[in-house]
Amino acid sequence: MALAEYIHQRREQRDILVMAHVVCGYPSFEANMQALEIMHAAGVDLVELQFPFSEPSADGPLFVKANEASLKAGTTIDQCFDFMHAVSQRFSFKVMMMGYYNTVYKMGEAQFVERLADAGGVAFIVPDLPIEESENLYRLSAAAAIEPIVLMTPTTSDARLAVLGEACRGMAYVVARKGVTGSKTAMGDDVLALIERCRRHTEVPIGVGFGVSSRDDLEVLRGAADVAIVGTAALRAWQTGGADGLREFFKALLA
Amino acid sequence: MDIFDFSEGREGYYGEYGGVFLPEILHATIEELLACFRQCKADPTFWREYVELLQNYSGRPTPVTHLANLSQQLGGAQIYVKRDDLNHTGSHKINNVMGQGLLCKRLGKRRVIAETGAGQHGFATATMAARFGFDCKVYMGAVDVARQRPNVFWMENLGAEVIAVEDGQRTLKDAINECMRDWVANMADTHYVLGTACGPHPFPEMVSWFQSIIGLEAREQLLGLTGKLPDRVYACVGGGSNAIGIFQGFLSDDNVELIGCEAGGLGAGSNLHAARLAYNDASVGVAQGFKTYFLQNDQGNMNETHSIAAGLDYIGVNPIFSYLWEQGKVRFEAATDEQVKDALRLCMRTEGLIPALESTHAFVTAIDEAPSMGRDEIILINQSGRGDKDIFTIADALDDQKWKDFICAKADQYRQEKN
Repeated sequence: MALAEYIHQRREQRDILVMAHVVCGYPSFEANMQALEIMHAAGVDLVELQFPFSEPSADGPLFVKANEASLKAGTTIDQCFDFMHAVSQRFSFKVMMMGYYNTVYKMGEAQFVERLADAGGVAFIVPDLPIEESENLYRLSAAAAIEPIVLMTPTTSDARLAVLGEACRGMAYVVARKGVTGSKTAMGDDVLALIERCRRHTEVPIGVGFGVSSRDDLEVLRGAADVAIVGTAALRAWQTGGADGLREFFKALLA
Repeated sequence: MDIFDFSEGREGYYGEYGGVFLPEILHATIEELLACFRQCKADPTFWREYVELLQNYSGRPTPVTHLANLSQQLGGAQIYVKRDDLNHTGSHKINNVMGQGLLCKRLGKRRVIAETGAGQHGFATATMAARFGFDCKVYMGAVDVARQRPNVFWMENLGAEVIAVEDGQRTLKDAINECMRDWVANMADTHYVLGTACGPHPFPEMVSWFQSIIGLEAREQLLGLTGKLPDRVYACVGGGSNAIGIFQGFLSDDNVELIGCEAGGLGAGSNLHAARLAYNDASVGVAQGFKTYFLQNDQGNMNETHSIAAGLDYIGVNPIFSYLWEQGKVRFEAATDEQVKDALRLCMRTEGLIPALESTHAFVTAIDEAPSMGRDEIILINQSGRGDKDIFTIADALDDQKWKDFICAKADQYRQEKN
């Protein structure tokens, strides 16, 4: 089932979905799997698996350290795809790849799309690939029913949103604020206005990320966005409280 | 040839290299910068203001010096040196920085951020910020902060805040990532003063334009001194800003050979070097906002690099050079750490010149090739920085025992003062 359809279908039962984030190989693939079991049990709808990269310039401190530690432990792209395959087989939530363009470029765009499809991934988020550079990758992914997730941001003009809206498939990723991942966002009218502005330029479901960390944030987004994207806050819960901490975090978030 | 005429190709691309690979959030900021830069480049009064500023503030035009002793000793080509080491703050970095300072004023921004490796660019940026009245934050890898205290000292005393970056290898590339992270949060009032001809368009073009003052001056000066153009021009290449600066004086001269000299570190095959084009270890990739040759592994993750000269110790290279190298327009060679030490000693003893360790890489290749050239042939070397202010680094490199004794004595003195 295509991503947009999947989101629409789940939305019929629930008024906001949740996408979670895991950095492949950090702290280990075993721990990743355990975290995903917890997320699945809590009712997470979508998961982005981040392929670690040595220059994660769009990420905040926590994910930077996670990327670094994963690579230091020897994580390879093959392992990430194998893991994605295992995850997509095992769980009912949809899985997408998140990473940086050099990972895609080095293996070749055609091979990337093929391997992503083989591993059961439905989409990819590559934040350092602007749409001006993505024509070929988007074409290849369309042929393989893989969705490229386009990012829309608070600094994006309406004219630019129109261009981005044209390229959107599956889901649009609305960046709630300036900056990198992991800092607190004051979830309020600004974010709602931005979502509203983005809605005018795309038909696809809208996910909102960057600083979404609590049940209160979800309340704000409920009715406005389709998907709340939770990244750093969950990793922090795992780091401070282990499996139990993560379970508590999602329980509080989704209760 | 006009490498910046994009009318036939894609804007910001040199062959297949360059481009803009940035998060969407910076799209508007980069567009604003590009528009401002285009206005400045098209405005002759801007360039005039720039040249006057460098004349009054930084001592331009820097001279061209004939190295008669060294030329005679080597017995081949006549060696001339463009003296960008004589700039204020001790290197060519000030050219780019003052230019971007003027541009920042036009952008109406009052905060600047910069990355720095060795500290030269950070030092220059802190100087510019003090002069223009900008707030200034410099990101520097923690490893570099530890080994380049003198430059950190000057930056802080000039009023800049220096942030030690603890991520990754804790060197230049990690400082660039950290600048990007600052910029995506603060672009409304902040200009990112990128220090070399790398990164996303328009930075390679913009930095090249400001540094072209080196080549424009050198061409005229050498013609005045010798009545001829050089046969070969040598410049060290880290990111590649001083080299593209001097090369632009001669890009349209088919009989002038251009040679970029990279950091050979411990040599070919050692994996401890920063030679992207001279050795066979780099491949094309996309990182830090642009596409070029990077020293990376088969997974696309960046390798550790090494050089005796911190200013050359970088994973990627000016995308314009990746193109010019493929076109056969610029030849690339590498100089090892050991060769650099020997060449530095030779320059000091025969000519009384103290080039920076970075610039000495260009001397190595020139000294190597001069003897096989005719006595009527001319070599031009860009001495992009001076070494005397990097006394700690150079004394270390030369393993000077008397200096070490002095530092120990000084340390004892400080320790006593503390107690």
